[in-house]
Amino acid sequence: MGFLQRPVVVTADINLNVVALTAVGLLSRLWQLAYPRAVVFDEVYYGQYISFYMKRIFFLDSSGPPFGHMLLALGGYIGGFDGNFLWNRIGAEYSSNVPVWCLRLLPALAGALSVPMAYQIVWELGFSPCAAMGAALLVLIENALVTQSRLMLLESVLIFFDLLAVLSYLKFFNSQKHRPFSLSWWFWLTLTGMACSCAVGVKYVGVFTYLLVLGVAAVHAWHLIGDQTLSNVCVLCHLLARAVALLVIPAATYLLFFYVHLALLCRSGPHDQIMSSAFQASLEGGLARITQGQPLEVAYGSQVTLKNAFGKPVPCWLHSHQSTYPVIYESGRGSSHQQQVTCYPFKDVNNWWIIKDPRRHQLVVNNPPRPVRHGDIVQLVHGMTTRFLNTHDVAAPLSPHSQEVSCYVDYNISMPAQNLWRLDIVNRESDAEVWKTILSEVRFVHVNTSAILKLSGAHLPDWGFRQLEVVGEKLSRGYHESTVWNVEEHRYGKSQEQKERELELHSPTESDISRNLSFMARFSELQWRMLTVRSDDSEHKYSSTPLDWVMLDTNIAYWLHPRTSAQIHLLGNIVIWASASLATMVYALLFLWYLLRRRRKVYDLPEDSWLRWVLAGALCAGGWAVNYLPFFLMEKTLFLYHYLPALTFQILLLPVVFEHISNHLCRSQLQRSLFGALVVAWFASACHVSNTLRPLTYGDRSLSPSELKALRWKDSWDILIRKY
Amino acid sequence: MSFKVSFSVPRPAATPHSRRCWELQFLEPVFSRARPARPSRSVMLRATSRLPAARAATTLSAQPRGRRPAPRRRRKELHFPGHPELPLGDFLAGRLARPRVPAGRRAILRRGRMPPAVGRGLAGSELRPRRGRCGSQAARAVGPDVAAEATARSPKRPAPGSRRFEAAGRWALLALVTLMSFATRFHRLDEPPHVCWDETHFGKMGSYYINRTFFFDVHPPLGKMLIGLAGYLSGYDGTFLFQKPGDKYEHHSYMGMRGFCAFLGSLLVPFAYLTVLELSQSLPAALLTAALLTFDTGCLTLSQYILLDPILMFFIMAAMLSMVKYNSCANRPFSAPWWFWLSLTGINLAGALGVKFVGLFIILQVGWNTLSDLWHLFGDCSLSMVRTQVTMGKHLTARILCLIVLPMALYTATYAIHFMVLSKSGPGDGFFSSAFQARLSGNNLHNASIPEYLAYGSVITVRNLRMAIGYLHSHRDLYPEGIGARQQQVSESSVHLCGSRAKLSAVTEPAVTTYLHKDYNNLWIIKKHSTNSDPLDPSLPVEFVRHGDIIRLEHKETSRNLHSHYHEAPLTRKHYQVTGYGINGTGDSNDFWRIEVVNRKFENRIKVLRSQIRLIHLATGCVLGSSGKILPKWGWEQFEVTCSPYLKGTLNSIWNVEDHINPKLPNISLDVLQPSFPEILLESHMLMIWVLWPLPIWWLLYELLGLHKCGSQISNYGNSGLKPKDNEFTSKPWHWPINYQGLHFSGISDMDFRVYLLGNPVVWWLNLLSIGLYLLSGSIVAVAVQRGARLPAEVEGLSWVLLRGGGQLLFGWMLHYFPFFLMGRILYFHHYFPAMLFSSMLTGILWDTLLRLCAWSLACFPLAGGIHAVGILSLLLGIAYSRVLGREASAQVNLDPLGEGLDSAQGV
Repeated sequence: MGFLQRPVVVTADINLNVVALTAVGLLSRLWQLAYPRAVVFDEVYYGQYISFYMKRIFFLDSSGPPFGHMLLALGGYIGGFDGNFLWNRIGAEYSSNVPVWCLRLLPALAGALSVPMAYQIVWELGFSPCAAMGAALLVLIENALVTQSRLMLLESVLIFFDLLAVLSYLKFFNSQKHRPFSLSWWFWLTLTGMACSCAVGVKYVGVFTYLLVLGVAAVHAWHLIGDQTLSNVCVLCHLLARAVALLVIPAATYLLFFYVHLALLCRSGPHDQIMSSAFQASLEGGLARITQGQPLEVAYGSQVTLKNAFGKPVPCWLHSHQSTYPVIYESGRGSSHQQQVTCYPFKDVNNWWIIKDPRRHQLVVNNPPRPVRHGDIVQLVHGMTTRFLNTHDVAAPLSPHSQEVSCYVDYNISMPAQNLWRLDIVNRESDAEVWKTILSEVRFVHVNTSAILKLSGAHLPDWGFRQLEVVGEKLSRGYHESTVWNVEEHRYGKSQEQKERELELHSPTESDISRNLSFMARFSELQWRMLTVRSDDSEHKYSSTPLDWVMLDTNIAYWLHPRTSAQIHLLGNIVIWASASLATMVYALLFLWYLLRRRRKVYDLPEDSWLRWVLAGALCAGGWAVNYLPFFLMEKTLFLYHYLPALTFQILLLPVVFEHISNHLCRSQLQRSLFGALVVAWFASACHVSNTLRPLTYGDRSLSPSELKALRWKDSWDILIRKY
Repeated sequence: MSFKVSFSVPRPAATPHSRRCWELQFLEPVFSRARPARPSRSVMLRATSRLPAARAATTLSAQPRGRRPAPRRRRKELHFPGHPELPLGDFLAGRLARPRVPAGRRAILRRGRMPPAVGRGLAGSELRPRRGRCGSQAARAVGPDVAAEATARSPKRPAPGSRRFEAAGRWALLALVTLMSFATRFHRLDEPPHVCWDETHFGKMGSYYINRTFFFDVHPPLGKMLIGLAGYLSGYDGTFLFQKPGDKYEHHSYMGMRGFCAFLGSLLVPFAYLTVLELSQSLPAALLTAALLTFDTGCLTLSQYILLDPILMFFIMAAMLSMVKYNSCANRPFSAPWWFWLSLTGINLAGALGVKFVGLFIILQVGWNTLSDLWHLFGDCSLSMVRTQVTMGKHLTARILCLIVLPMALYTATYAIHFMVLSKSGPGDGFFSSAFQARLSGNNLHNASIPEYLAYGSVITVRNLRMAIGYLHSHRDLYPEGIGARQQQVSESSVHLCGSRAKLSAVTEPAVTTYLHKDYNNLWIIKKHSTNSDPLDPSLPVEFVRHGDIIRLEHKETSRNLHSHYHEAPLTRKHYQVTGYGINGTGDSNDFWRIEVVNRKFENRIKVLRSQIRLIHLATGCVLGSSGKILPKWGWEQFEVTCSPYLKGTLNSIWNVEDHINPKLPNISLDVLQPSFPEILLESHMLMIWVLWPLPIWWLLYELLGLHKCGSQISNYGNSGLKPKDNEFTSKPWHWPINYQGLHFSGISDMDFRVYLLGNPVVWWLNLLSIGLYLLSGSIVAVAVQRGARLPAEVEGLSWVLLRGGGQLLFGWMLHYFPFFLMGRILYFHHYFPAMLFSSMLTGILWDTLLRLCAWSLACFPLAGGIHAVGILSLLLGIAYSRVLGREASAQVNLDPLGEGLDSAQGV
């Protein structure tokens, strides 16, 4: 009973500043949260995913990993949202079943907590509580941040995790000095990793903050290696701990997001088409309903549909029909005039093919079935026309460098059938592998010419009903998805006669067992599709370029009241934006100046304040740079809100620069007081601007046209004025 | 020699103080002998702070006594890269001297690094060896102490005769390397006697220079100019058409051009050899590099044809070599060799950039090197602030002069020559503005004249600034039903931009009249919005169009007005459709446009060719622009024109007036409006940027210029036609280092002679392995140094070569490789070759260093000394043998009718 001998003591260390800031933050972000009760701007976009989560329907959003969407959906779950709302128009009124307050709660909380976190970060960087307070207050009154956190949008969540990552790294770094490997050391280290992966999980741009934190951690670790007071073992432990916490944990967490995502979304939905057959079959409903109960192993006599793995421009199936290639194309070239073979993007009875053994005549499956293996020679018989898939040395209609693929029609001229194909299972594990439905990815290599059956991606002209061209391409080197096919629907053929067979082909396949794909396979496919699917971004009325952001040359109208002129804009506090940009510039110049002076062994700053200055710059100015500069390289449509994470870091730098100027550049007490007064005046003006723009931030007050005109401080701002 | 003695003879114990004096005394005569030149201030400046190893040198005196003799003695017997006078015979005989240090000593030796220095400057600068004109870079890197000792301990040093013999040996080796390179490159250069791959473009462009016809290309002109020059000098008359790959040259002289490219390509090997020699001071490393490049089939193939790549790589390697050389001269700034290499660096940079924009990467490398150089200079605190400022100023000026001003001037000069030489009208006219075309003799704008300011009633053509080759165009065809809006306006003609085809063809045909060299359908009449009276009526006064006027644009051929309305455009759904509307010029209020001048320099009037205008639709407030998308067949595959409601001013929506007919106005000669040289330069660069940028327009140029690679015809302009097909020609950057697939140079179909660009797999995979190994060993060494491990001097020298020399090369490799991952352009295998040169040099340095380290660590075994020699020799032989194997394999390729076995390199 040792613990009784010593009194149980709980020491609570409460920083009232933080408490107060949290309270004000909550107040500013949560006030009238459910207003406006209408779809505001990108809520229309995220809302549909919330509905998908509520209905547990699979979707694919290429804009970011699922964690952010899941957080928004969590709000819906808390509020008991059933997902029944048609997210089709900005400004549409929410129906009564939509728990608007709950849906907007999480982003608002994240935005509110950013305020005390700003305080903590500047504090942990080693600056005065006054500077820390300044940073937090600036974050508090920044109109754009307020607007963005009060809606179902992800930027505030992203900013929250970015700041959390930086804050916890700083806490970790500070505890490194005196108590390495203590409990709090581990806690903050792990939290850094977790926060980083959460940031990445919300939006891909979070990866830049992650890289920044990794970079700073790497530099610190490098100093650690150089520290010769530590033993080798100790250094190794330090490095290992960092590697685990900053590399392994984030990766695991990231996987976890996807695991939950896939576990939640188990039903098939409108985005299925993009995914592979195997993936689709793993979802409830949809393809699974068709493919359930199919025999797994493809045998001689099997009836199959063959889907191309490439899926571009559209997912399609190998297809043939009665029509033949025109004798002479428009270009004047000739064709074989045999039956067309195409790739057809819809389910059709003409997509059925029968696998035939060249040595036998029958088109039914033996009992027991003889499975087809890798390397076997097969013939493919078109189910409805009983013609053989054939290719020969005739130029394809649109790709003259490839061979034409046709279903062989014997015109009794000197053009023999060349209809033997060797089966090449691409993803085989052994050379004797059996051809499996859905799972096997196969290529068909033509025996006579070693051409490979390939989807060229071109649309045939009218004579080919605008279906996609299929060619035989001679190049066997290199793997390309357009040469890969997989069996999607499959059944064992039973009917001997053609009439019966046609009937059989028309009847649906029977069903009943589901097939499962491993999580890693599903994850990698989903991740790959998310990164490669190109959404058709076109320009938007409020899109802008990164250059417009620095000085706030643009805004976004989020919402306009249907009757009055109350409106919500994403519009920043221009005083803060301008001075933050200025502060970044001042920082860069000062830094360069000090650096050059130090190179000449002139030490203007004491060592510890120099280190503080560098670390603050690395995290704040660096945070701004990594969150801003990459946008210049991005091709997608960009909006003002993409700048908000960068802005947040920039705001943190502002009080740091102020304090530095006051402490180190103001020589006399008088100068210092003057500068202090200036800062106060500046802050007052920032507050004033913030208050002036408040109606556009909250949208709670309808302004008259003249008032609105007066708010249009820049010509490039687009403030909506109703014409009466 | 006293010098030698001072270092290697163990001395009796003495107090540190007395020993220092003693040593300084010893150093005095050494100094006077080794450096007869004046002890230049800047030499001292450099020597003191630049290199950590210099510190080590200065510590000699402060060293505890017991340790010193052993390392000295042992080092004496080992080769290491700091050794400038490595006896060639020794290496070839595989005789690496073995240490005879007792085991007990060696334990001490491994901890052999000296404690941090107190003294500075003096010893380091004085001990610097003076070899040739400049000290070697590696010698500096290794540290003066090591280098100095190397000089001192070279056994053959004393005899001047043997030194001469060594020098001769070096030259002989260089000559051998060069000879090998030339022999391989020039071997059967004339085969195949037909056009291979991109020869069709570059040969053609060379011919253009000879014929002086104007053309446009996405690359800067220097490379093609040189090809043209080579052809001209070798008697090629520019008459061969270079139409498509596979065309027989027959009687045309093509060997001059091929020979020129092969000549530059052959020089790559000696350049790489010298660079590695300079960086590592190790002949084996240099030989290894030379062997890698000589026997690499990819480099060989790429050097043998009329391509830009050999020229580009020549300049890149030359820039690298001169940069390294100039680094070696850094201890004697402002001396003649220093200036020579520095300005040569600048010249080569200009050359690299002038051939292809890939030259930008080597510029970055040199820039980085210069910055770090200046940084080190700046950090030298041995001088007072004032003197440093003066020195820094001089250094800075020299570098700005040689590395910025000189290259810029040369680069501009190439363009000046380009525009001077190409004075006749040719296939490139259409890309440039009319004002420019007026320069070209044979163009129908040559010596033409035109009214200067726009007035009502003028007949004009309007050109888009972004789609630099497109004119606002309309024709009688209608938008098909269901396209665009629910419009069934039968009387509408579609309005869209016409690609320059019409114009290009018009240029080649005899012009119809003086002005109307373009498609008639490009002509528009400016009218006032309010009246329909004919402004050309001579009774009315001339009224100029001004900024902000409301106008109507009437299509001359069809008499319909340029019109827009709230219907979605056919392709860009968010924009409004632009049509031609009305009968005989009477339409509705949707035909009114406000004309705005963007660059308002000319008193609000609109100057032909110069004013940049925007047309804003009055009713909807949208801006007339081109979306850059291609209309389908019904639109004759011309560009779509839309009216964009997003008022963001992009170049898409800016136009200028090109042709201008107004009988009421006086004509001025077009020469007055001719752009100045800077403007032409800007114009051609803008064009290149648009083409190089991943915009839909670039493939059109492929089509227009026949730039598309052989075989991959762009058949249809639909979605899939926007890029050449995913066939063997394009590849992904990650394919390259693993030699995944090559490029057909010649013999796509059943020709008997095939050329296939593919690296020697042994070389390439060795390079790949080396990069991995380098990263591993480099980081091990770096961590060891950071942990404060005490490295024996040899190891330290080797690790400096590894980190510094190898680091430069690795940086070069990364610079020439990784940016390709970001590029949206279609990429080809041959883009990797500059990077491949760097990685081969890295391989040379890495293996040499690693084998030396190996030999050193196994020094106690009797055979260890041979490891290095055996290793290098076996690598050399292996590479050569792989080439022989490759030759056999490629011989088989020719027999293989199907192209299945195109594994190996070059058709023989």
